[in-house]
Amino acid sequence: MGWLNYLIAPGFLQTSQVRSALILGTAVAVCSAVMGVFVIIRGQAFLGHALGDVGSTGASGAVLVGVQAIWGFLGAGLIAGASVDVLSRRARERDVATGVVLSAMLGLSALFIYLIGQVSTSTGVTQEILFGSVFTVNPDLVLPMVGLALAAVVVVGFVYRPLLLSTVNPDGARSRGVPVGLVSFAFLVAMVAAVEQSALVMGALLSTALLIGPAATAIHVTRRLGMTIAVSVVLALVDTWLGILLAYDSFNWPPAGRGWPVSFFVVAVMVVAYSLGQAVPRTSTVRAE
Amino acid sequence: MAAVQFDQVDVAFGRHVVLRQLQFDVPEGAFVGVIGPNGAGKTTMIRLVLGLLRPNSGSVTVLGQPAGRGGRQIGYVPQSFAAEPDLPLRARDLVGLGLDGEKWGFALPTKDRRRRIDACLERVGALGYAEEAVGTLSGGERQRLLIAQALLTSPRILLLDEPLANLDIRSGHDIIRLISEIASETRITVLFVAHDVNPLLGVLDQVLYIAQGRAVLGSVEQVVRSEVLSELYGQPVEVVRVQGRILVFAGDEMVPLGHEELLPHGRPRSLPAEP
Repeated sequence: MGWLNYLIAPGFLQTSQVRSALILGTAVAVCSAVMGVFVIIRGQAFLGHALGDVGSTGASGAVLVGVQAIWGFLGAGLIAGASVDVLSRRARERDVATGVVLSAMLGLSALFIYLIGQVSTSTGVTQEILFGSVFTVNPDLVLPMVGLALAAVVVVGFVYRPLLLSTVNPDGARSRGVPVGLVSFAFLVAMVAAVEQSALVMGALLSTALLIGPAATAIHVTRRLGMTIAVSVVLALVDTWLGILLAYDSFNWPPAGRGWPVSFFVVAVMVVAYSLGQAVPRTSTVRAE
Repeated sequence: MAAVQFDQVDVAFGRHVVLRQLQFDVPEGAFVGVIGPNGAGKTTMIRLVLGLLRPNSGSVTVLGQPAGRGGRQIGYVPQSFAAEPDLPLRARDLVGLGLDGEKWGFALPTKDRRRRIDACLERVGALGYAEEAVGTLSGGERQRLLIAQALLTSPRILLLDEPLANLDIRSGHDIIRLISEIASETRITVLFVAHDVNPLLGVLDQVLYIAQGRAVLGSVEQVVRSEVLSELYGQPVEVVRVQGRILVFAGDEMVPLGHEELLPHGRPRSLPAEP
């Protein structure tokens, strides 16, 4: 069984940090994978990415005042999401509004991260905000995070049909009594929850990877929404678990013996999966006239 | 009872008047072509009927009740829908949203649901591509799906917003024939928005001509006449019938009715455009 030690370094499932990371990673993967499918369908990938980036503002602010980073992530995401929603009354204004809000908040982030550097001797905190920290997450946060992920998925399940109808036929939806603005906002809040939780695992800069990667691959190889969501979830789970495993293994790797970033491995696996997915021929383009 | 009734309807956005003193009754079961150049106020009229917009003054009545939201009595067919080829939504799923898209949660795949969706797909001739991803379908095929989606609740009014705008001539004729068949089978009231009356001449009961924010309703013979259109535009307009087609002379230029935008310089000099 010696070869297994190369695949899974000893003590993987016995380590409490690993167990926390696996539970948290699982919740985040499922939530991001479900949300990502709708984000792509609704053409909100840029907003999804921006919400992750602005999380760095909240997280660095939270560190400065001594609060858990996740509350900073979530707070900043909500503020940014609500601002974009208010500023973009029409769909085509959304990308512009997103760009403005993104810059405004990243400006603050630059200041906060500078201040962290002045008051703290360690660069580890900034590294964790930007690139993730799934092994160092406070174990007390695991349960609330799982609950939040579940709540976000339930919200999307609840608005499922009105969300789709307002995406393909907004005026039709309105005339049938769908509160289109409210449905969009509910989805936005669920999206903030997914992105900011992912930011905790993957870091502010890479939280989009889990949101877009598995969903984009799934969309390419399926054409039924239910199947797309299922494939996206499976991909995200395999991706996250493999990423955590490889990161754990890398604790024995050079140069420092402190472990490589989880987000690097998750993205590496994601890119491989996406490339394999692109090699699969489209399921729906071939059709007899 | 009138299907749609406009009584002294005025609509203005800020100081910009879009519709003024609209006054007409669309009888139930009529096939009405809503004709007029771009920017004349056709879209605003649709939004009033759907209850998405309230008039500044006057009233809009649909099937005896004030126009309002939640109307499953109106089947609304938008111009088209945006869909990338890889959008994971099959034709059948898109049409199914017409049945219960406003309800919370997701739909359980029951036999009855499938039967009703199949019936509508078959009626519009879309059963053959029911399992295809909507993003891979042509403009005409997409239009059929939107019509099926609108018909699923068995509405009493069918409202089509420029269904011909993105179609080639042949697909356009097919859609017109389909709508006219459905109209004669079900006695549904049809409001068919277009900017050219010619393709619709064989099937129309009445034409609602909108220009300069004003509207006239009547048969093609009553409405599409030099005197009536000149009055509507407030400019001399001459209507000529050639080989079964209707053309209008406006000033020195001649274009098919409703194609005023084809005139040189983008806009007719003699037909002031609604901004």
